[in-house]
Amino acid sequence: MSLPPTAEAAENDDAYAAAEEEHGLNPRQVGPVIMDIRNITLRFGGVVAIKDISFDVREGEIRAIIGPNGAGKSSMLNVINGFYHPQEGEIWFRGKKRGAMKPHEIAKQGIARTFQNIALFRGMTTLDNIMTGRLTKMRKNMFWQALWSGPAEAEEIEHRERVEKIIDFLEIQHIRKTPVGRLPYGLQKRVELGRALAAEPQLLLLDEPMAGMNVEEKEDMCRFILDVNEEFGTTIALIEHDMGVVMDIADRVVVLDYGRKIGDGTPDEVRKNQDVIDAYLGVAHD
Amino acid sequence: MFLTDPFFWEIVVSGLLAGVMYSLVALGFVLIFKASGIFNFAQGVFALFAALTLVGFQTGQVPFAHVLSWLTGTEIHNWGAGLPTLVAILFSLGVMILLAWVVVRVVLRPLVNQEGIILFMATIGLAFVLEGLGDLMWGANVKTLDVGLPQGPSDTIIDATGMFVEKIEISAAVVAVILVVALMVFSQYTKMGRALRAVADDHQAALSVGISLETIWWIVWSIAGLVALVAGIMWGAKSGVQFSLSLIALKALPVLMLGGFTSIPGAIVGGLIIGVGEKIFELYVGPFIGGATENWFAYMLALMFLLFRPQGLFGEKIIERV
Repeated sequence: MSLPPTAEAAENDDAYAAAEEEHGLNPRQVGPVIMDIRNITLRFGGVVAIKDISFDVREGEIRAIIGPNGAGKSSMLNVINGFYHPQEGEIWFRGKKRGAMKPHEIAKQGIARTFQNIALFRGMTTLDNIMTGRLTKMRKNMFWQALWSGPAEAEEIEHRERVEKIIDFLEIQHIRKTPVGRLPYGLQKRVELGRALAAEPQLLLLDEPMAGMNVEEKEDMCRFILDVNEEFGTTIALIEHDMGVVMDIADRVVVLDYGRKIGDGTPDEVRKNQDVIDAYLGVAHD
Repeated sequence: MFLTDPFFWEIVVSGLLAGVMYSLVALGFVLIFKASGIFNFAQGVFALFAALTLVGFQTGQVPFAHVLSWLTGTEIHNWGAGLPTLVAILFSLGVMILLAWVVVRVVLRPLVNQEGIILFMATIGLAFVLEGLGDLMWGANVKTLDVGLPQGPSDTIIDATGMFVEKIEISAAVVAVILVVALMVFSQYTKMGRALRAVADDHQAALSVGISLETIWWIVWSIAGLVALVAGIMWGAKSGVQFSLSLIALKALPVLMLGGFTSIPGAIVGGLIIGVGEKIFELYVGPFIGGATENWFAYMLALMFLLFRPQGLFGEKIIERV
């Protein structure tokens, strides 16, 4: 690494101080860098999906990744959660460099996610779906489970309590026993968020949490995301198309276009960035 | 009236019991299909291989005896003493679990994300390899399998009702019921079962909540191995352990089409319907069309189902979104 991380961090601190002054941002949220993405390049054969992208995520913040279609946003998320393995670059999580890991190992490290096209267990009830989110937290082994006695049962009850709290929080009590395949789209998105929350993640990745929702559903989802961030102090990295939403809820925004990073900073900085304006509005070539 | 005919009821009961045997094989297919979307053509050979291994352990056969003799020049084909039945069954189960691990590592892992048809072809290859391996390990001769299950017709039932029912088929029915209940409880009420259902529903989502696909596949194929062992024991005890045993897999196909590829209760009900259906058809329609209808009745029934209800009785409805 050519750039010492401390310098970058200091720079970000300044950005934060400025942002706080400007918006009255609550300083509670922002901690040290939890995930540092350094010079990631991802290729599929000859196609370069992500080219030399670096950015970081700080503990307790809401970090948005935006960009036009095909900019590489979802690919970036898939790199973070291990579905894709980049050809170049490093990912540092909680101060440690991450080796090549499988998605389920990364989930155990405390990174949970939702998907752009909802990926729920459609045959299971809402309750069971959210319970699967607890799998990484369960300790008792299969032997105890098979016997279904003593410690395993106590543990199951403990997990149920946590899950019920999440269900209350997301206001989905009425659909606890409904198979999720039957639920309307907006509620499915909420259940998926619940499943990710059940893992009590250190970093929560949301891939277009508001895509395809009506205004009311969007407002609800926004509120949930902000509440999750404030009440649980969960760090969130999200992809979103709705600019209004992003500018309202994100602490910092990174902008991608054609697999490159073209902007990074507070919503206001990004809004003024000429490259970003060009990417979104198009630019006249003469 | 045929409903008062004791012979009719004897046919129904023996049909039900034969159906249970079909269901046992079909169950193995359903388990694997649900969890990994693979139609495991080798399930019948699994049953054969499990039965061969069990007989081998029980009678103290030396595995690969012919190969070893050829390599070392000795003539040892038998240890001289076999294992007690229960120990032999446990050892066979161990072999099936090991086999499941090898299948996941060697066949499934390199083919992750491939089309279903490619995995299906791979299991056809697996069937041939395993059949050859069984032959090489334990020899191709027909073996008798005696695990201490009662044989012959049940006298109590003959005395009480006048019906002729094989004891071994009653055992098979009892074992099948226990197995199905155990599988249901395992799948519905344990953490591992929840993970299994999660994988069956959505691979990507399962990975994202921290489930290791390979571990789950290993467990599922091991359970399918257990089911194959049970099926192998029942069929082997009934008609001897021979290589035609692997063909019972073909009888499981119509059972699956009837019951649906993704439903455990479907495998049971499908097996029962086919078991009873083919016996009754043979009895009442067979004489008019030259008999031997049991050979094709099940397949014809399956064809009808494919025409009118392709997802089977209990399977998930196939909805193609455009």
